Amino acid sequence: MTLLEVQGLDVHHGQLHAVRDFSLAVDAGQTVAVIGANGAGKSTLMRAIAGSHSPTRGSITINGADVTRMPAHQRMRAGICLVPEGRRLFKSLTVEENLDTGAYRAAAGPWNVDAVMELFPWMRERANQNSASLSGGQQQAVAIGRALIGNPKILLIDELSLGLAPAVVKQMYALLPDIVASGTAVLVVEQDVSQALAAADTVHCLLEGRDVLSGKPADLSRARIEQAYFGLTSASGQTVGKGH
Amino acid sequence: MDFVNTLVQGVMLGGLYALFAAGLSLMFGVMRMVNLAHGDLAVAAAYLVVVLLGSSFLPLWLVILIALPLFALIGYATQRGLFSRSLKAGPLSTLLVTFGLSIIVQNGLLQAFSADTRTIDFGALNTGAFRLGPISVSYLGLLTLALAVAVIAGVQLFPSRTRTGRMMRAVSDDADTASLVGANSRHLYAIATAIAFGTVALAGIMSGARSSFDPSMGPAQLIFAFEAVVIGGLGSLGGTLAGGAVLGLTQAFAAQIDPSSTLLAGHLVFLAVLAFRPQGLIPQRAV
Amino acid sequence: MTTLEHLPFHAAVVRSGKAPKATGGLLAAAVVILAALPYVAFTGATSAMVTFFVLLIMASMWNLLAGFGGMVSVGQQAYVGVGAYTVLAFANLGMHPFLALPLAALTCAVFAIPTSWLAFRLRGDYFAVGTWVIAEVYRLVIIRFDSLGGANGKSLPGLSGMDPVLRGALTYWAALAIAALTVTGCYLLMRGRTGLALTAVRDDETAARANGVGVTWSKRLVYLVSAAGCGAAGGILIIDSLSVQPNAIFSVQWSAYMIFIVILGGIGYLEGPLLGAIVFFVLQQLLAGYGSWYLIILGLIGVAGAVWLPHGLWGTITRTTGLQLFPVGYLLRTEPVTGKTAGKTTSPKRRIGSST
Repeated sequence: MTLLEVQGLDVHHGQLHAVRDFSLAVDAGQTVAVIGANGAGKSTLMRAIAGSHSPTRGSITINGADVTRMPAHQRMRAGICLVPEGRRLFKSLTVEENLDTGAYRAAAGPWNVDAVMELFPWMRERANQNSASLSGGQQQAVAIGRALIGNPKILLIDELSLGLAPAVVKQMYALLPDIVASGTAVLVVEQDVSQALAAADTVHCLLEGRDVLSGKPADLSRARIEQAYFGLTSASGQTVGKGH
Repeated sequence: MDFVNTLVQGVMLGGLYALFAAGLSLMFGVMRMVNLAHGDLAVAAAYLVVVLLGSSFLPLWLVILIALPLFALIGYATQRGLFSRSLKAGPLSTLLVTFGLSIIVQNGLLQAFSADTRTIDFGALNTGAFRLGPISVSYLGLLTLALAVAVIAGVQLFPSRTRTGRMMRAVSDDADTASLVGANSRHLYAIATAIAFGTVALAGIMSGARSSFDPSMGPAQLIFAFEAVVIGGLGSLGGTLAGGAVLGLTQAFAAQIDPSSTLLAGHLVFLAVLAFRPQGLIPQRAV
Repeated sequence: MTTLEHLPFHAAVVRSGKAPKATGGLLAAAVVILAALPYVAFTGATSAMVTFFVLLIMASMWNLLAGFGGMVSVGQQAYVGVGAYTVLAFANLGMHPFLALPLAALTCAVFAIPTSWLAFRLRGDYFAVGTWVIAEVYRLVIIRFDSLGGANGKSLPGLSGMDPVLRGALTYWAALAIAALTVTGCYLLMRGRTGLALTAVRDDETAARANGVGVTWSKRLVYLVSAAGCGAAGGILIIDSLSVQPNAIFSVQWSAYMIFIVILGGIGYLEGPLLGAIVFFVLQQLLAGYGSWYLIILGLIGVAGAVWLPHGLWGTITRTTGLQLFPVGYLLRTEPVTGKTAGKTTSPKRRIGSST
């Protein structure tokens, strides 16, 4: 059953046409990844789905209900929660308070502050520390925890691996199966292609705002993904996705 | 003994200033805005109480119980309807909107009530005092001081002890991200403004019972509140209490020496703090 | 991929030339015509115009301070008052009040140095209220001098023997001259390095500082100039009314007027105060009989303008028509490379570094 459906989405960022005619579907229990280089429009896409950025055209539905024009603060109730790029923890709040903000408009579900602290035991010791004192990986964990506590139907993660050490990235991706098992679908945006391919059921490759390649990771060859990612000219002389 | 007496009067006056300052400090802490109509709202609340007392048989306590929530409601509506728009347009716009509001309220009061001075009749409380050895302590001053401490403690604890308060801080940090966890910044800001309007109404009523007032007094109230905040340290509510006390003490002692220098002495202490200790007496980020 | 060398047009950064020359001619003509007014009009008309010039001077100064310097002050009445009292003080010593006008401006600039040292410790909204307190301090200090009339004020000596018509005309010319000087001064200041520095500061103070812009110096210069202008305006006020009353001359109402005019006209545009002062002046003449309703209406218009017309009247005009009387920004003039016919300016011009 389709949980999140995005159809023909166009998003403008000032003069820039950041996302062009983009469609995507995420089913319950699925992990979907959107990959693409810097500036491909991935973050704008995520912000549009989360409601922080209004699309110019197209529709976003969750369980069949249209949320395209719903303000960001109501989408939490609709079941969408975004872990924003760069973590964006509340800097004057402690670790525990940051997690607790997730409970403000939370749906009923398995996640709460205790469950997240169970998942990341170190958070208990640092519960009363200021969130700014944490390392990048710890901040990412708090940001994910904060979003999970809302018990969203679908968790959006913008740049899960950005700025994190490779070992930490691995730990973060190891979490995804647990999250999905708890009943939350995951839509993740990545620059790190190999991590995304390993974790996702379906991959979309974004180039200059367009979906230039999509499918199951197993069906896509390394070469085709590279071409789509960088917008290179393929052997047959066609330019992949270079459209103006 | 004059010294101790002045000391007591000064501290109680400081309590009143701190009560004025609590709302100003809260609004600055959450929305980074200074409401230049703050003092005029206090005066308006005092007039409201005078009118309600004069035109009905309602007891004083009930009138106050009507006035405070009414001002909180006005605060909520003003934030949603006016300040939220100006905050979107930028800090300059907000400053101008509150300045315009100050002129509107002040001249509206002048139009409605003329420039005659009034006092709120608190009955025996207006003049009642008890003697503590050789010094006399007015019930009203003591009540004001107790209210100031209570209000400041409440305004201090609310953001850290309640979830709504925490969300208020989250929205203040980063409204965009807070909206991702379901926080409606316009609603939360409006709650902060409602609290600020409610507390300043209380301050205006206490001040109106302590001494006579007229429509032009708003700016002076704003300035005293502002000085209490800066002397105490920006964003520190405990500091605001201390700042109010310093200002009250300065004015009380200056009045003892030369009554015409009362205001000037307070302003000079403020400027001295600005010059030599710009972070205030108790610097700390609370809200 | 397009690279800079392969732009399909030539680009050059220029300062638009024609508009200021035309404006300069127009304004010079206006000043000449206005200067002739005392010969053709009644004293009543010239006296009303003095009020207009005072408003224009104050508003231009506030626009310089807030619109370009980013310093929103609610305390410029400090310098209106100090200016007026400087004229009074020198007149008490026997100096001709008109000759004391430049001294009023100078005194205010000097007073502004230690004041800025204090006020600059505050930012944004706190700066606004802080300047208000400082203005109160100036008032409270001045009323302690009995020689200046104390709390009741004093009438200005030295002009009582002068023919009222001649005095009226001289006041008018002095006000006109200071207004013209103020407007031209703002233009030249904003066109020069200081203007560029301030624009950078206003847009991003940290970045400007990092790029070596003398942030504090530029802001202080603007603050001093603004104080001097308001001081001269205060001097005109006391000469015009022949007396001074401390509560009136140090009234926050002057700040209200300045702010109202600049917001209505368009903050950050040199044309704004001019247009705003004209509109305000007309409103004042129309509503003067309505007492406090007049101020309530002004307040309402101010609030509405700040929320719904953030660029003011002039900003709205210039955004829709591109018209500029005092361009202080730069133009990127682009010309398409069309073989040999390069040289015609047909492609769109884009303004950069403009005042918004």
